Amino acid sequence: MVKPSLAVATSPAAAAPGGLAVSLQGVNKSFGMGNTYLPVLKDINLDVRRGELMLLVGPSGCGKTTLLSVMAGILDVDNGVVDVFGARVDKLSQSKKTRFRQANIGFIFQQFNLIPTLTATENVAVPLIIAGQPYRAALERARHYLSLVGLGERLEHFPPQLSGGQQQRVAIARALVAEPRLVVCDEPTAALDSSTGQLVMEMFRNVALSAERAIVVVTHDNRIFSYGDRIAEMLDGRIVDIHDNPDRVK
Amino acid sequence: MWRIGLKMLMGDRAKYLTLVGGVSVVVFLFIQQGSVFCGLIGRTAKPVEAIGAPIWVVDRNLQVVDEFKGLLDTDLLRVRSVEGVKWAVPLFIRQAQVRLPSGKFQAVRLVGIDGATLVGRPPRLLEGRIEDLNAPDAVIVGRAEMERLGSPQIGDTFEINDRRARVVGIADVPRDFLSNPYLYTTFERAVQYVPRERKLMNYILAAPKEGYAAQQVIADIERVTGLAAYDEDGMRWLTMNYYLRNTGIPVNIGISVALVFLVGMAIIGQTFYAFALQNEKYFGALKAMGAGSLTLVGMIMLQSVIIGLIGYGIGVGGGALIGYLGGQGKGKLAFYTPYQLLVISFIATMLICVLSSLLSIQRVLRLEPAVVFRG
Ligand SMILES: Nc1ncnc2c1ncn2[C@@H]1O[C@H](COP(=O)(O)OP(=O)(O)O)[C@@H](O)[C@H]1O
Ligand SMILES: [Mg+2]
Repeated sequence: MVKPSLAVATSPAAAAPGGLAVSLQGVNKSFGMGNTYLPVLKDINLDVRRGELMLLVGPSGCGKTTLLSVMAGILDVDNGVVDVFGARVDKLSQSKKTRFRQANIGFIFQQFNLIPTLTATENVAVPLIIAGQPYRAALERARHYLSLVGLGERLEHFPPQLSGGQQQRVAIARALVAEPRLVVCDEPTAALDSSTGQLVMEMFRNVALSAERAIVVVTHDNRIFSYGDRIAEMLDGRIVDIHDNPDRVK
Repeated sequence: MWRIGLKMLMGDRAKYLTLVGGVSVVVFLFIQQGSVFCGLIGRTAKPVEAIGAPIWVVDRNLQVVDEFKGLLDTDLLRVRSVEGVKWAVPLFIRQAQVRLPSGKFQAVRLVGIDGATLVGRPPRLLEGRIEDLNAPDAVIVGRAEMERLGSPQIGDTFEINDRRARVVGIADVPRDFLSNPYLYTTFERAVQYVPRERKLMNYILAAPKEGYAAQQVIADIERVTGLAAYDEDGMRWLTMNYYLRNTGIPVNIGISVALVFLVGMAIIGQTFYAFALQNEKYFGALKAMGAGSLTLVGMIMLQSVIIGLIGYGIGVGGGALIGYLGGQGKGKLAFYTPYQLLVISFIATMLICVLSSLLSIQRVLRLEPAVVFRG
């Protein structure tokens, strides 16, 4: 069901089977204008492989969210290469980037960002509706994904009627419903208690992850470190270490 | 995405009702004030409508129907001599003082019509027969403001200028701006009800012959007689324009309409803006998930148009209801809603809604999708 909907230049690394999902080379990003100028990402080089769940960890303010935004194509870089499944995201126009996100990226936010006046099903259907699918078909598919995350009994509930963990599972269903190849999550467990957070992470592994898909999770929640295949550590705008996760739960 | 947009809008009942309610109130006040304005101005021209004639010939300097500018008897003959004039009859409209049985005086609008043709007679009689107007001392009373004359019945009498007047009929006459009762009688008798003057007639009512265009006949009358002539609409507007220019009505009501408009604009804009602010993070999320700017603009526009339409409907309905209730029975509310007012308020409402949503639209357009990751 993966549909590469954009014809884009393909880099050799990303095109290779079992190759890279994301490849960042020499990425720099700074904020501010005029005199005040804050470098936030400094010469980032990072590969994310297909089929892996990568954790991006580091102290608050080190640039994790910024880096995730760059990968997801919602923030432009100053310079460097941003290659996502063979697409040079840094070179896409804004409108192409918008369509690229719609076809390829799933989003999960710390505060869930579900629309409170839509039912769980409608919320999950939103990415499909954005993609232009007929309303009814989109709802049908949304129900399927809700049952995948164990919310088959909560289809018509509104977000305020659901617990935090349930809301985040709705958000997971929403992130997956359009079959994106890259799922980006910013602190997905920060608003949840420990055991709910574990449940959500298990869902990432069991429902979300597949051989063709990569998941990047930004977190400083060390209770969930064990769910990552690899861990990239950031400090002050740089990747200081990337290593396989010795404690990974199978 | 339209459905999503609508659900975002209507899902939150409280906010939705606030928005619709705000627009409704503004439209309501706008329609209500505007209609009172039109109603008041319209009333100034009611004497013209109540008398009703295709062509009015008047003194060149006449500014308003309530003014007395006398004409000469020869003027009547000259008008009759104009080619294309089918008939021309004298008319007399004056303020007169009625002495009531109680001894009090009441001002009336005394209308003296040509006794032979009865041209200028009241449009509809509620009681009595128009022919009786030629009986001795006969007058017909207009129903509007009749209570000021003690609600007389047929057969009742009172005095005008020491002369007897006897009621022979009640006419359905619209309420006018001066709120004086109408008293119809024949031209000959009317001149006896007022102090003698050199010029007695102040209007000539005329009609064009078949096959002659009214405007052409009017132009000919003016050319031949040196007087001014108007068709009924022209006469109405002469009067209404006088009141528009020379009284405080336009300024007073204009200010309140402008205030309603400005305050309404502010309220609606503010509510929309707050609404958009609250939705900003959802719009941000939609943008991140790949919704194009055009789609988001469309959603917001749709929301504002829906609010505008519903609010307009309720506001106009409420305004009409007030007009209906206020104009019923003995109600004295001056209330007239020309379709232009509906069109203007519709355009204004839509403009308010769309303009204020533009505020939020430009926020959404500028919105960096990356903000969705920031708490
Ligand atoms: N839009 C922005 N404008 C200015 N500074 C920003 C902006 N976004 C992030 N920053 C700054 O960049 C740095 C890194 O932020 P962020 O990526 O959110 O860190 P983290 O997610 O690791 O806590 C912080 O110092 C933050 O204040
Ligand atoms: Mg962060």
